[in-house]
Amino acid sequence: MGGPEVERLIALLARLPGLGPRSARRAALRLLQQPQTRLLPLAAALNEAARAVRTCQLCGNLDSADPCTLCADPRRDRGIVCVVEGVGDLWALERAGVFRGLYHVLGGTLSALAGTRPEDLATEPLLARLRAGGIVEVILALGATVDGAATAHWLTERLSPFGVAISRVGQGVPIGGALDVLDDGTLAAALRGRRPF
Amino acid sequence: MSAPALRLTRLTLSHFRNYPTLTWRPGARILVLSGANGSGKTNLLEAVSLLVPGRGLRGARIADLAAHGSAEWAVAGRFATPGGEIDIGTGTPPGGPPDRRVFRLDGAAPRSQAALSAHVAAVWLTPQMDRLFQEGAAGRRRFLDRLVFALEPGHAGEVAAHDTAMASRNRLLGGGGADAAWLAGLEDAMARHGVAVTAARLALARRLNAALATGAAAPFPVALLGLRCPIAERLGAGPALDAEEWLRRSLAAGRTRDAAAGSAATGAHRADMTLADAASLQPAGQASTGQQKALLIGVVLGHAALLAEARGFAPLLLLDEPAVHLDAARRAALFAALARLPAQALLTGTDAEVFQPLAGRAEFWQVADNTLARAAEAAPE
Repeated sequence: MGGPEVERLIALLARLPGLGPRSARRAALRLLQQPQTRLLPLAAALNEAARAVRTCQLCGNLDSADPCTLCADPRRDRGIVCVVEGVGDLWALERAGVFRGLYHVLGGTLSALAGTRPEDLATEPLLARLRAGGIVEVILALGATVDGAATAHWLTERLSPFGVAISRVGQGVPIGGALDVLDDGTLAAALRGRRPF
Repeated sequence: MSAPALRLTRLTLSHFRNYPTLTWRPGARILVLSGANGSGKTNLLEAVSLLVPGRGLRGARIADLAAHGSAEWAVAGRFATPGGEIDIGTGTPPGGPPDRRVFRLDGAAPRSQAALSAHVAAVWLTPQMDRLFQEGAAGRRRFLDRLVFALEPGHAGEVAAHDTAMASRNRLLGGGGADAAWLAGLEDAMARHGVAVTAARLALARRLNAALATGAAAPFPVALLGLRCPIAERLGAGPALDAEEWLRRSLAAGRTRDAAAGSAATGAHRADMTLADAASLQPAGQASTGQQKALLIGVVLGHAALLAEARGFAPLLLLDEPAVHLDAARRAALFAALARLPAQALLTGTDAEVFQPLAGRAEFWQVADNTLARAAEAAPE
């Protein structure tokens, strides 16, 4: 069907997250039917991105500039660093537009079962940033999974010698959510994390 | 217990286990299914059990549910509920993979299995449970956790989180030279989730015992359910936070021993469920097979009462071979309890004769040749 070029395109698309063989075929068909408006601009954009985008040496973000746009922005609060698991989490926080400090991408969480060990995480660059001074608070924004919680626990021990404030993002009742549908664990976390009004 | 009852009024099977096709219209509150070994009585109970959230009474793999030579199967049930009539269906998706299962609620896909919980519920007793007290604690713990899960859906997540943290800790300890802070993080997770799991198990035991003590299974013998677990003892003696701290310390102190053993000596995974006759306090492990069966039936009836209280309707009772091992007095007590309860009950047995005391109150069905037929009924006693 369509020759090896088409098959290769479909096979590559099918490996992208959120796409399977069926949706990859649909996407490939749409691209091939409209080469001028879809296929060539996409090819150019892919080329350009592959050439220009790199990992920020300071925070681990992906950007065409290094240090990245966020690290270079003079308006951001350089005293607060938010530690996230991956670039996707960083982008999610940026989309929300609620955090004005700097980030640090850990590149995963510790996982004994998946074989992710302390040396696999970008911890040294974070410690180097703390040694360089100027940071007063580290926010741990890791997932509320067993591995996320264990990583936060472990990282807290590594960071405590620097005497900076260490905080964690809150867990509990979602905005716009009702209490009666929450599971026990979430409710317990919400109660533990309660604050004075 | 005066909750209105859930009633199965129609069951349709397609390519399910031994049934190529079957439509069954049960018309009574107590239904007796009798037939020879291997005639497909349990398959019918299993089909009904698949219409409520979970993996059914056999916990079977989805691909194993299809009739021989078929990749697709479907089970559909019509229920009379306090909120009106509803249709629930489940089976392999049309043209989809044979190891996936989808649900239909009144013809549309429900948002989640939990959406079904608002409408239907079932509790069951199977002959496999007869061995519960001959085998290891793991089986009893799973039995107890299923009881908790039916009332607290979040419980399964807590158990899984505890077990993930424990498996990670075992792996780290096994590798040698593990990072102490990482271990402490995993032990913290084990402590938090382990105490939550234990608290939920304890709460269930308390509620079940209270329901049984106030006659939820009367006139059936009253069972007393307990938990043998050091975390439960700590929870009984002080606040949950102290129990967490104790578990954290015990795990930290036990690293060398646990590394040598390859498993954690303390944790929610070490708990055992105990069951005793509330009157004589004789533990199930020392009781006869018939006495054990009676205690388990008591637990199932008590659990049904708790579910009825929580959901506002009495769940279906699926009792596979309930009369086996019971003497005449206990059988009479069981039938009297079933007659008194509002719940619809499906009973199976090889011999319909045993269930004759229910004549006049129950419908009798004969299972043979992959089909169901109304059995000739004896005159009520």
